[in-house]
Amino acid sequence: MTRPPLKLTDRIARALPQIVVAPSFAAILFFVYGFIIWTGYISLTKSKMLPNYNLIGFRPYERLFQMDRWSVALENLFVFGFLFIFAAIVIGCLLAILLDQKIRAEGFIRTIYLYPMAISFIITGTAWKWIMNPSLGLETVVRGWGWESFSFGWTNSETMAVYALVMAAVWQSAGFVMALFLSALRSVDQDIIKAASLDGASPWRIYIRIILPSMRPVFMSAVVILAHLAIKSFDLVVALTGGGPGYASTLPANFMYEMTFRRNEIGVGAASAMVMLATVAAIMVPYLYSELRGKKHV
Amino acid sequence: MKTISLSLVSALALSATFMATPSLANPKAEVLHYWTSGGEAAAVKSLQEAFAARGGEWVDAPVAGGGGDAQAAVLRARVLAGDPPAAVQIKGPNIQEWAEAGALADLSSVASAQNWDAVLPAAIQDIVKYEGNYVAVPVNVHRVDWIWANPEVLAKVGATVPTTWDEFNATADKLLAAGIIPLAHGGQPWQDATVFETVVLGIGGVDFYRKALVDLDMDALGSDTMVKVFDQMRKMRGYVDPDFPGRDWNLATAMVMRGEAAMQIMGDWAKGEFAAAGKVPGKDYICASTPSENGYLLNSDSFAMFEVSGEDNKQGQALLAELILGTEFQETFNLLKGSIPARTDVPRGKFDDCAIKSMDDMVSAAEGGTLLGSMAHEIAQSGAVRGAFIDVATAHFNSDMSSEEAVSKLVDAIKLAQ
Repeated sequence: MTRPPLKLTDRIARALPQIVVAPSFAAILFFVYGFIIWTGYISLTKSKMLPNYNLIGFRPYERLFQMDRWSVALENLFVFGFLFIFAAIVIGCLLAILLDQKIRAEGFIRTIYLYPMAISFIITGTAWKWIMNPSLGLETVVRGWGWESFSFGWTNSETMAVYALVMAAVWQSAGFVMALFLSALRSVDQDIIKAASLDGASPWRIYIRIILPSMRPVFMSAVVILAHLAIKSFDLVVALTGGGPGYASTLPANFMYEMTFRRNEIGVGAASAMVMLATVAAIMVPYLYSELRGKKHV
Repeated sequence: MKTISLSLVSALALSATFMATPSLANPKAEVLHYWTSGGEAAAVKSLQEAFAARGGEWVDAPVAGGGGDAQAAVLRARVLAGDPPAAVQIKGPNIQEWAEAGALADLSSVASAQNWDAVLPAAIQDIVKYEGNYVAVPVNVHRVDWIWANPEVLAKVGATVPTTWDEFNATADKLLAAGIIPLAHGGQPWQDATVFETVVLGIGGVDFYRKALVDLDMDALGSDTMVKVFDQMRKMRGYVDPDFPGRDWNLATAMVMRGEAAMQIMGDWAKGEFAAAGKVPGKDYICASTPSENGYLLNSDSFAMFEVSGEDNKQGQALLAELILGTEFQETFNLLKGSIPARTDVPRGKFDDCAIKSMDDMVSAAEGGTLLGSMAHEIAQSGAVRGAFIDVATAHFNSDMSSEEAVSKLVDAIKLAQ
C-alpha cells in the first residue's frame, strides 16, 4: 500500500519531538557518557598533573586499593550510605504516617519538617559542626543543665565522626522523604482501607499489609534519590568534619577531589571515580531492573 | 567525576572570555593568582600599581578558594587549551612539573640583567630554576618552624620558651598541671603535618630531615629515629585540648593571644593575626624557632612564568618578573603579608623583630647548609608524596596508633606515592 507523500510541515511536525530533544540528548551523550568514557580511559594511564594518554593497564587501580585512605573512604561510604538511606526512609515514613492522622495545623508542621531540604549541605554541615562541637554546642548546654557526664563529641572522635555525618544528612533529608510518602499515602484508594477495616483489620495491619505495599514505587524513588545523594556527598563532609579527625570521615568523592586536584594524581583520582560509578551501578542497576520489569507485568 | 567535567567546562568557558581581549603593543601580563583576601589582596594591588606605573597592562585573573586548588584546575584547562596566562602563582615542585611539561618560559635574560644569582639563597634558587635556568620568580619566604608563645602564660609556671624538646615536654607538663592548654593546635591534616615536620627537624636533626623528608631514603624513613619522632608526636597529642579537630589555624593563634593556650607551632603567617589584633612582638607574644640545630624550614610563594606568544605579552612578562624580584616590591609585599623577602639585600628598617630574626636565621642557615624546604607546605615534596606524609602523620595523631605501626605505614605510603 502506498502512502500519500507527506507535506513538509507534517514531516516537521512528526520530527519535532526528536528535534527538540536532540540538543539535550547530544549534550548528555557528550558531557555525561563522553566524560565517563574519558575518565575510564584516564584511569588506565599514568596521568599525574596533566592527563597523559599512554595506557599502563590497571596499575592506578592497584595503587588505589593499596591506599589506606581509600579503604577508609570506601568503608565510610557503605556505613554512611546504608545508615543514611535506612534512617531517612524509616524516619520519613514514620513522620508521614503520623502526619496522616488528620491532625491540626498539618500544613504548618509539614513545612517545618520539609524546610531543611531547602538548605544546602554546606549550611547543614556548618550548623551541625557547631551543635556537635563539645565546647560550643549541645555538650556544654546539657552539662550546664547539670548532666555532667554527658558527652556528644562525635565530630571529634575517630570512630563516631561518620555517624555525625549520617545524623546531619538524615536531619536534612528525612523531611523530603516524608513529603514523598505523605503524597503517596494520600493517593491510596480509601475504599480498600474502608473495606479492610470493615473486615476487622487493625490500623497497624492495614498499614503493614495494604498501605505500605501499595507505596512500593515511592520506596523506589526514595532509595534512588537518597542513594545518589549518599554517593555524591562531598560538601557535607567538607563543612561538617573536613574529612577528619585525620581522614577518618572522608568519603570517596572527597578522596577523588583530593587526589585529582591536590595531589596531582589524576590517574588514581579517575580510578576512584570509576570505582564509585561501579558501586552505584552495582546497587542501582539490579534494583531499577527488577522494579521496572515488575511494573510491566502488572 | 562530575567535578572534573564541571571544572573543565567552566575553565574552558573562562579561557574563552580571556581569549577575546584585543592585543595591544604595550607590555601586558595576565596574572593568575589566589591572593584574594585581606593583606594578600592589598599586596597584589601594590604590584599591580607598580606594573601600571611602568606602562604595563595588568589583566587580573584571581581564582578564589581552596588554597589554590581552584586555581590549579583553571590553570590546567588554560594550558591544555593552549592559552596559558603569563604569570601564575605556583610553588615548589609544581614549578618543576610544569617546566618538565615544557610549559614555562626561560627568564635567563632578566635574571642575568638583574643579577638574581647574587641576591637569592641557593636553596631558593633550586626551587625556581629548572635545568639551570630561571622559570619562576620567588615572592617571599615564610618560615614554618616557629613557636608563637604567650609570655604571660608561660610565666605562670615560671617557664620561658623552650629551646630543646625535653624542655618543651617539661614545660608542657607543668602547664597541664596548672590547667593551661600547652599547645594551641588545629586538627587539620596540614597542621598536623606542620607540627610533624618541626618534630622531625628537632628530634632527628637537619641531616635526618634531609634524608627522610627530602631524599625519601627508605632506611631513614623506617629508622628508630622516626619511631622517636612519632613518640614525640604522641606526647604532643596529649598537650592539645580535646576540641582541636577541624579547628582553623587562626583560631588556634587566637587561643594563644587570649591566654587560653601557651604556645602554637605555626608558620609566620600567624604573625599577621597578632599584628591585626595590635599585639607587639617581644611583649605580647614571643616568636622563637622550634628546637633544632639551627634548622630553617622555608615555604616560598612564587610566580611561574608560562610560555606566552606575542611581543606585548613577552615584554609584560619580563617587566613583571623584574618588578616582582625588585627590592621595592619585595619590601612592600612582605610587610603586608608578614613574610620576609626572598632576596637578602632588602632594607630591613620597616620590618619587625620577628621578621629580622627570620632574615638573620635564613642567612646563617643558608651558609651552614641547614636551610631546608618545608614538606608540609609543598616545597620539599610534590602533591602525591606530601599527601602520603600528611596521611600518615594525621592518622597517627588522631588515633591511638603505635609509633612502630606509624613508621611501617609511612614506609609503605611513601613507596606507593613515588
